[in-house]
Amino acid sequence: MSLLSVEDIHVSFTTYGRTTEVLKGVSLSVPAAQQVALVGESGSGKSVTMKSIMGLLPQAARITQGRILFDGDDLLTMRERDRLKLRGTAMSMVFQDPMSSLNPVWTVADQLSTILKYADRRLGRARDRRGRMARVHEVLAQVRMREPERVAASYPVQLSGGMRQRVLIAMALLSEPRLLIADEPGTALDVTTQAQILKLLKDLVTERQLALLMITHNLGVVRETCAYTYVMHKGAIVEEGRTAAIFAEPQQDYTRALIAAVPRLTGRDAA
Amino acid sequence: MSAPTLEIRNLTKTFPIRTAFGGKAGAVTAVDDVSLRVAAGAVYGLAGESGSGKSTIARMVMGLTRPDSGDILIDGQSIIGVKSHAHRGRVQMVFQNPGASLNPRRTVGQSIRVALDAHGKPAARVGDLLDMVQLPRHFADRYPHELSGGQKQRVAIARALAVEPRLLVLDEPTSALDVSVQAKVIELLEDLGRDLGLTYLFISHDLSLMRNFTAEVGVLYRGRIVETGPTARVFADPQHDYTRLLLASVPVISDEEAALRPDIPLINGELPTAEELLALRQAERKSE
Repeated sequence: MSLLSVEDIHVSFTTYGRTTEVLKGVSLSVPAAQQVALVGESGSGKSVTMKSIMGLLPQAARITQGRILFDGDDLLTMRERDRLKLRGTAMSMVFQDPMSSLNPVWTVADQLSTILKYADRRLGRARDRRGRMARVHEVLAQVRMREPERVAASYPVQLSGGMRQRVLIAMALLSEPRLLIADEPGTALDVTTQAQILKLLKDLVTERQLALLMITHNLGVVRETCAYTYVMHKGAIVEEGRTAAIFAEPQQDYTRALIAAVPRLTGRDAA
Repeated sequence: MSAPTLEIRNLTKTFPIRTAFGGKAGAVTAVDDVSLRVAAGAVYGLAGESGSGKSTIARMVMGLTRPDSGDILIDGQSIIGVKSHAHRGRVQMVFQNPGASLNPRRTVGQSIRVALDAHGKPAARVGDLLDMVQLPRHFADRYPHELSGGQKQRVAIARALAVEPRLLVLDEPTSALDVSVQAKVIELLEDLGRDLGLTYLFISHDLSLMRNFTAEVGVLYRGRIVETGPTARVFADPQHDYTRLLLASVPVISDEEAALRPDIPLINGELPTAEELLALRQAERKSE
């Protein structure tokens, strides 16, 4: 059974009294300890899908149909209390933009330990301040920070873009999730830093047996990190399959055009 | 032999580092002795990451920043000290974010007309320019917010072409666009370059795009061109470690491309940063 399974969800937005359906029956599943990509261009609905899963849809949006099962439980019908117990704990997010996802006036340690405090409280776990700090240093080491103590005591502006992205990954790992949802990780970074972040994510999910749902527009990132891919276009999944198979032999016109549009490192003649 | 459309000779620019009270605390060399030549009608790519100095070079070519030393020549004539108005008739720039580089309160036609008026070209050219960038003529009455990202970038290109420049500086012109839109804008730039005999200085961090769009490339690292040559050759056989690291970092979509990426030694199981890799190489060379 899949750890996460999205079944035929429809989402509508109502603005100025007009209702538009933006997700038209999206189904996808992420098996435990597997890495799955959801790829699409802007407006495809990949972010709305992600927000539906995390329960972060804006007020104007409504899920009109479908189920989202996490470990067999429907996230859409469970009590808010129970959902809160999962969000940020069993399933957590790695956000894209390190600058706007971190509070500039708090140190890394303050931010991470506060998140941990609330996660502990929701799960009914007891951990004192010292215990939380120990855990914060531990996750910073897990994301390969060479000096976790120094990073913990830093403010976000004192860190490079790559290090801030690592802090965001550490934040997602704090309460030992089983599913990571990564929204365009590393796209705001330089290409060499992005490569480091992608390798880190890959190493982490393998080491810790995490399921990963990677949401991105970058087909290269998909190939680097995920064995299975869903291609989204205009609010629907247009193609799914093993990443290698999709990239080698796309079946749908849209996927074919998308792949053909990607510039190749080998140049034009080889593509 | 005729002079190259763009020639940069030993260009250097340093910026002061200031303390909180405005005192000088040192200097950072943003561009360090850069030289390059771009022949008429050619496409030259400057590849580099943040802090490499590529935008500073673009600004100096545009005449927006004065170099400390060195020279920039357009068609064999130095631009240092030349009146900016005359200069702008020859060199134009297309910026990264068309949403920010177009005035939201001007229609497309008004935006293009500003450029035409400034250089004494007839306002009636707006329609021709829209044709050139393959937008319908009635788009002249639209505002930027009514356009998609790709359409806005086409308007920015039309505006740059209004003065009939010799050289276009393209600063990451497609990095804000979806990949399918990017492909179309690049195709348009190629067509225009061919039809109008334009010369391009193309600035990007996207090496795959660089490989497809440029004939020659210069790899910038900390203000210096560490490697330069025909793009196909540099990519197939990179000589400098930084070029190798850049190429190794590109996420690719096929095995053929993956095979082209050089192997980079891991340091403590991790991909090294540029500094780490270069330090490692230096240490290796010393111990030999």
